[in-house]
Amino acid sequence: MLEVSNLSVAYGESEVLHGIDLSAAEGEIVAVMGRNGMGKSTLMKSLIGMIPHRAGSIRLGDADLSQLPSHRRVEGGLAFVPQGRMIFPSLTVEENITTGLIAHGDRTIPDDIYGLFPVLHDMRKRRGGNLSGGQQQQLAIARALVSKPRVLLLDEPTEGIQPSIIKDMAKVLKEIRRMMNLTIVVSEQVLSFAMDVADRFLVIENGRFVDEVAAADADEGRIAAYLSV
Amino acid sequence: MFDGYTASELVSIFVMQGFAGLILFSVFLLMALGLAIIFGQMGVINMAHGEFMILGAYMTYLTSHVFKGAFPGIYGAYFLVAIVVAALAGAALGWLLEWALIRHLYHRPLDTLLATWGVSMILQQIYRSIFGAREVGVELPDWLMGAFHLSDTIELPVNGVFVFALTAAISTIILFMMFRSRWGLQVRAVVQNRPMAGAAGINGTRVDRMTFALGCGVASIAGAAFTMIGSTGPTAGQLYIVDTFLVVVFGGAQSLFGTIASAFSISQSQSSLEFFMSGSMAKVFTLLTVVGILLLRPQGLFVLKMRK
Repeated sequence: MLEVSNLSVAYGESEVLHGIDLSAAEGEIVAVMGRNGMGKSTLMKSLIGMIPHRAGSIRLGDADLSQLPSHRRVEGGLAFVPQGRMIFPSLTVEENITTGLIAHGDRTIPDDIYGLFPVLHDMRKRRGGNLSGGQQQQLAIARALVSKPRVLLLDEPTEGIQPSIIKDMAKVLKEIRRMMNLTIVVSEQVLSFAMDVADRFLVIENGRFVDEVAAADADEGRIAAYLSV
Repeated sequence: MFDGYTASELVSIFVMQGFAGLILFSVFLLMALGLAIIFGQMGVINMAHGEFMILGAYMTYLTSHVFKGAFPGIYGAYFLVAIVVAALAGAALGWLLEWALIRHLYHRPLDTLLATWGVSMILQQIYRSIFGAREVGVELPDWLMGAFHLSDTIELPVNGVFVFALTAAISTIILFMMFRSRWGLQVRAVVQNRPMAGAAGINGTRVDRMTFALGCGVASIAGAAFTMIGSTGPTAGQLYIVDTFLVVVFGGAQSLFGTIASAFSISQSQSSLEFFMSGSMAKVFTLLTVVGILLLRPQGLFVLKMRK
């Protein structure tokens, strides 16, 4: 499904990602674990095309997306929920979701989106900037989902969210995977959340994957060791 | 300064100057809307905006000539055709300019400032070569001549009423497009966060080009309206560009409603004061007031309040 090979990203002269290889199967949830500054967000942003990469390819199905601008990658089946959510604060909730419809020229927001996130339906006329952090996170996910992605990229979705809501979010992500059979790549530092959702863990350190564990034989202590400072 | 006027005279003066101010408001508003949309969307300060207005004015002049020569029987209808011609010419030139020049200069605001200033001088020279250095005027059709007599001392010119109605209609259409159409939604998303708009699936490059073309087209419509109240020369646009910047900054560059309020207050104070002082004193007074208010409110009149 998603095949990333030898992806390198640099900020000016300093290379931050050194030839990342990543593959994710259809319907799989992959968690990229790592401490701050290890390259999680850089990886996510370069996958969606918000920052350029120096080398490597990003294939989704048969198509190579690595040379395309962001909006073409969205057309090609990627969708992105960024760190800090980045909803459009002065657009209403409804308008925020509609921005995700434009890639495929769709007109209406599908009902199942409001089914997943009923609170967004109640608040659809409110400005996105006036929602709470957890509601904004749901909004950012809804905006990504309406572009009918095959692969959903989430960058630290638990950041700044209350613990009780983190539990719900894990449930929602698994529900989304079941409904739409999509692949999810999520970067995370919160181990409990990742243990809840992921089928497989990749550990990133200094721009390289250093370990890979399937959920079935994941040992919480082993991954936690990578995350401790 | 009100000495020597009776109360009823003062009322008449304020009504008529207020109305003259409305025509100024019309030109300011159409110019400023175009400028504000372009600046808000792309961060480009279009120094050639005044020349796009003059393009519209010359297109109107040409259209009136074509009508006079070819269809004198329906000369009265020329202005309606001229608005369309002006808008299309402005939008086409804007589209071309964005494609040929502006898109290479994004993220370099000072360079766009210089480049568009250069474009403005090139356009002025082109106008001078084609239409001559002398100002040209259009002959108003009969239905736009004359005035409405409201009382013995108050009369409102028909062309002014028409220009104002036209401005109101176009502003309404622009606001409707910005806040109700798919295009407007994309513009507002790109304005707020360009990289994220791309990652949500919006083609920012295409939105830029459409926005630039639209802003220029509206400036040219302002030029068509301008022919009813002034004569057109190659450099006439220069007289309006500074005032237009003032309107945009005073209103708060992010808010279209702010632009409307700001265009209204600046044109009205300018026009009313002009009757009692000399034109340049009125301008000094208006500028000082605007500077004073901007010192207290650097973000302009209108700001959206929300959590970030």
